[in-house]
Amino acid sequence: MIFYVACAVAAWLFLVGVYGIATSDNLVHLVLCLVVVQASTYVLLSAVGYRHGGVAPVFADVTQTQTTVDSVVQALMLTDIVVEATVVALLLAITVQIKKRTGIVDPNNVNLLRG
Amino acid sequence: MKFPLRQLLFFVGAIGMAILYALAFAHLPGPEGLRSMYRDVINLQTVEQRHITDAITAVNFDYRGFDTLGEEFILFVSVMGALVLLREEKDQGGEKVPDAAWPARSVPPGDALRVWTLWMTGPVVLFGIYIVVHGQLTPGGGFQGGVILATAPLLIYIAENLEVFKRITSHEWIEIAEAIGAGGYALIGLIAFFYSKPFLTNVIPLGPGGTNINVLSGGMVPLIDLTVGLEVAAGFVVLLYAFLQEMLVKQGDQ
Repeated sequence: MIFYVACAVAAWLFLVGVYGIATSDNLVHLVLCLVVVQASTYVLLSAVGYRHGGVAPVFADVTQTQTTVDSVVQALMLTDIVVEATVVALLLAITVQIKKRTGIVDPNNVNLLRG
Repeated sequence: MKFPLRQLLFFVGAIGMAILYALAFAHLPGPEGLRSMYRDVINLQTVEQRHITDAITAVNFDYRGFDTLGEEFILFVSVMGALVLLREEKDQGGEKVPDAAWPARSVPPGDALRVWTLWMTGPVVLFGIYIVVHGQLTPGGGFQGGVILATAPLLIYIAENLEVFKRITSHEWIEIAEAIGAGGYALIGLIAFFYSKPFLTNVIPLGPGGTNINVLSGGMVPLIDLTVGLEVAAGFVVLLYAFLQEMLVKQGDQ
């Protein structure tokens, strides 16, 4: 049951984020909407790795036979978070450059193809 | 106004996506079917085979080490990309000074803030190092600890100003640290070639196992953790430096 709820939440986060990107009037807001879209992948990955009654797969204080959540998916999520952080840094740097060159942060008015 | 048309297009697309998503789920085997065997194999293997208690770190830096090398280079390349985008334009000349139009920075930080943030710096550095080196035992590792380490200079920036931030992050050293962090991982992977094993095989002798597992038990994993921690901390400091540099304006512009 939790699995299906989590998948629905992931779909909702994705659509809300894409709506924000589609209607954004500020480039910084647009980048943060992309963060919301990416958050949906965390929820989906957590849902895939979820086990009822599972604990974190850290065997410092639990035995190896105990039910744990999927460690492979958890490792994938770490990759996901790192990639998100780097993508956001890069996009914000592009935003700074656009603001510097054109003085505009509204994506509707940015036209970088001027001669 | 383009907004109504755009929203209409969004809703058409969103409904289409929702239908496809629901259809895709209708044919999925459900949570039971998504369970992978890898989880069970890794749960039973990590402690005996690798002397690592955190299965996630074992997956990241050992079983799947080659992918994490790529992940580290994604970080490295995007920091480089951000630096290229935020590079200083030298041709315009003029001394760079703080932007007087930014009222927040004309007010110096209060004494309570300065005392608190400077007091916090030591514990933050210690905590960052702890998270980096204990990645094999408890949740944490190079990526998480590196980000914590990178917040220490930021705390000092909050308490002081950009000049102090620049002085303590001494640019060349940070770049050298970042290069060592990025190159070190690949070099550790090459050690396996001396033993005629594939790239990134864990050939470094493992430390004590069983109930005596300590921070040095994981063979190459503690070393990789250190290089990744160095890379992430240095990369984020360079990035912070580049973004903070943007707050300065040319003297002539004021």
